[in-house]
Amino acid sequence: MSHPTPAPQVDGSPPPSHEPVLEVRGLVKHFPLTQGIVFRRQIGAVKAVDGVDFRLHRGETLGIVGESGCGKSTVARLLMNLERPTAGQVLYKGEDITRLSGRALKAVRRNIQMVFQDPYTSLNPRMTVGDIIGEPFEIHPEVAPKGDRARRVRELLDVVGLSPEYINRYPHQFSGGQRQRIGIARGLALNPEIIICDEPVSALDVSVQAQVINLMERLQAEFGLAYLFIAHDLSVVRHISDRVAVMYLGRVVELGDDREIYEHATHPYTQALLSAVPVPDPAARADRDRIILTGDVPSPAAVPSGCRFRTRCFKARDRCAREEPLLTVPEPFRDRSTPAGHPSACLFAAERGTGEGNGASST
Amino acid sequence: MPEPSSAQNPGEAVGNAGAGGTMDLAATEAETLVPGRGGEPDPGDRPRSLWSDAWHDLRRNPVFVISALIIVFLVVIAIWPQSIASGNPLACDINKSQDGPAPGHPFGYDTQGCDVYTRTVHGARASITVGVCATAGAALLGGLLGALAGFFGGWWDALLSRISDVFFGIPIILGGLVFLSVVTSTTVWPVVGFIVLLGWPQIARIARGSVLTAKQNDYVLAARALGAGSTRILLRHILPNAVAPVIVVATIALGTYISLEATLSFLGVGLRPPTVSWGIDISSASTQIRDAPHMLLWPAGALSVTVLAFIMLGDAVRDALDPKLR
Repeated sequence: MSHPTPAPQVDGSPPPSHEPVLEVRGLVKHFPLTQGIVFRRQIGAVKAVDGVDFRLHRGETLGIVGESGCGKSTVARLLMNLERPTAGQVLYKGEDITRLSGRALKAVRRNIQMVFQDPYTSLNPRMTVGDIIGEPFEIHPEVAPKGDRARRVRELLDVVGLSPEYINRYPHQFSGGQRQRIGIARGLALNPEIIICDEPVSALDVSVQAQVINLMERLQAEFGLAYLFIAHDLSVVRHISDRVAVMYLGRVVELGDDREIYEHATHPYTQALLSAVPVPDPAARADRDRIILTGDVPSPAAVPSGCRFRTRCFKARDRCAREEPLLTVPEPFRDRSTPAGHPSACLFAAERGTGEGNGASST
Repeated sequence: MPEPSSAQNPGEAVGNAGAGGTMDLAATEAETLVPGRGGEPDPGDRPRSLWSDAWHDLRRNPVFVISALIIVFLVVIAIWPQSIASGNPLACDINKSQDGPAPGHPFGYDTQGCDVYTRTVHGARASITVGVCATAGAALLGGLLGALAGFFGGWWDALLSRISDVFFGIPIILGGLVFLSVVTSTTVWPVVGFIVLLGWPQIARIARGSVLTAKQNDYVLAARALGAGSTRILLRHILPNAVAPVIVVATIALGTYISLEATLSFLGVGLRPPTVSWGIDISSASTQIRDAPHMLLWPAGALSVTVLAFIMLGDAVRDALDPKLR
């Protein structure tokens, strides 16, 4: 298998190419809430995704983290064009794919593929592994000539670390990790440039998670893939991602490379998330300063005014209800070159432990 | 019975209808690229599909073989009843009314003095035609409309569901009296048409429900993400996963339809003499069951065996299409 792009560096440093392969601008998806059967009227909207911007560079991994229901999976579906956005653009090499349909969309789909969360429902139980991995070639016959397909399927099985002999088996004969490998092989079949991974390891055992993650890293190095890696497990995301976007209630609240996010988080939500990561060392546990968030995520159908996080934030003040913070580099860090100087949508952005803007009473 | 390994031979793989075909063809060519396997067919080597696996399974399933043999036998006597019963089913001798078995007349005589054996054999044609055609018609129409309603949803679903509600509301006997009393044809087709007309909504509901369930799965989303069109998604992903309940309901409905034909015939709006059918004989014999049980026993037995054979066949097919049961 060959891929047009050269293998990028995967040693943690930002990839050399700075031309974005995928760019998301002001992406919005509202699901209408309707009432009535015959005469439907809209009584509101679930704001699943409410203004998301980011760029994905060639060969890079962008992690998206956030609680359940924050819109991560909707972003994935919008990028795959499985749903039409309410507003905004998804630019693949400068072309807005949300407006495409038919043949043009099919052509773009070759380059953007997806790995699903649940390996138990993402594989058709009544198709053999050969048929599942071979299906992309049937849909895009130009990728592989007919006589070559069976060989390509075996090759793909080999690439993801499964025996090519499994070609005639059915999904239920495999374990979760093996099924996820089959899902990855299907995603790789068309030689895509971008793979959108919607919580690809969340349904797997921890030991198997590591195998799958390592496989994905190896494939990235081999084929120069760009990953959009959606997960709620912060350590997994840190392990694989070059950059991380933290989402809360349909918005990106903080965006930066892994050191900026994990060691110099300035948004209180990111800080709370990080403080909840389990510490494997019992002795160190006592020193930990956990931020316990109170309450639940507000309903995306009734988003709080101003800052969305203010209802649960330990720094919230009156100003937060009035002003909506934008995702920009916060004022105090703008002139200094520090790792804290990355986009963060908080009016009182500050690193933990430093005094700056951290005077609010905690709940 | 053929050897299990013979499923590997190319002629058979290509012979599989529909979805399996393209992959199998690819495999046949790929096989030449893999050297050194000799004559030994390796199960890991040749790509198979759900349908070729199902067929391979079915041929070794005694339930399938027995039910298929019964059905083939019934179809043969339906087409050529003279082959095993050379008498005339309408040649009756009233003097022998309700007589028991006699030499050359193993099943005895009915009220009109007709030979029960001859009538049972000759009745297969009408009954099986009604049962099979009505079931096939209702299953195809109902299955298609239900699947489309479930798959596309929206106004199409609403329209179809309301139409099927209308047909559900028609009482079968009353509807039969109204629709069929104006028909003058003596063939089985008006009865078949009527049963299809009233039978499809039941199948459509089942099909719609199971398509709705299958549609929720991520593999449908995955196929869409690959760029698959609606036809491919319906045929390759939804249909194989939604067809089981439809098969079960349809095979059970087959028996119901044959008895429905009997009921309609009894009321004088179904099949009319001189047509011979199990339904006509069962309904006329049922009033005489204490005096001459043999009159009821044979046509009813034939009906039961037919229904059983179709239900067993449906069961075997359903199981063969589920890889988890292998």
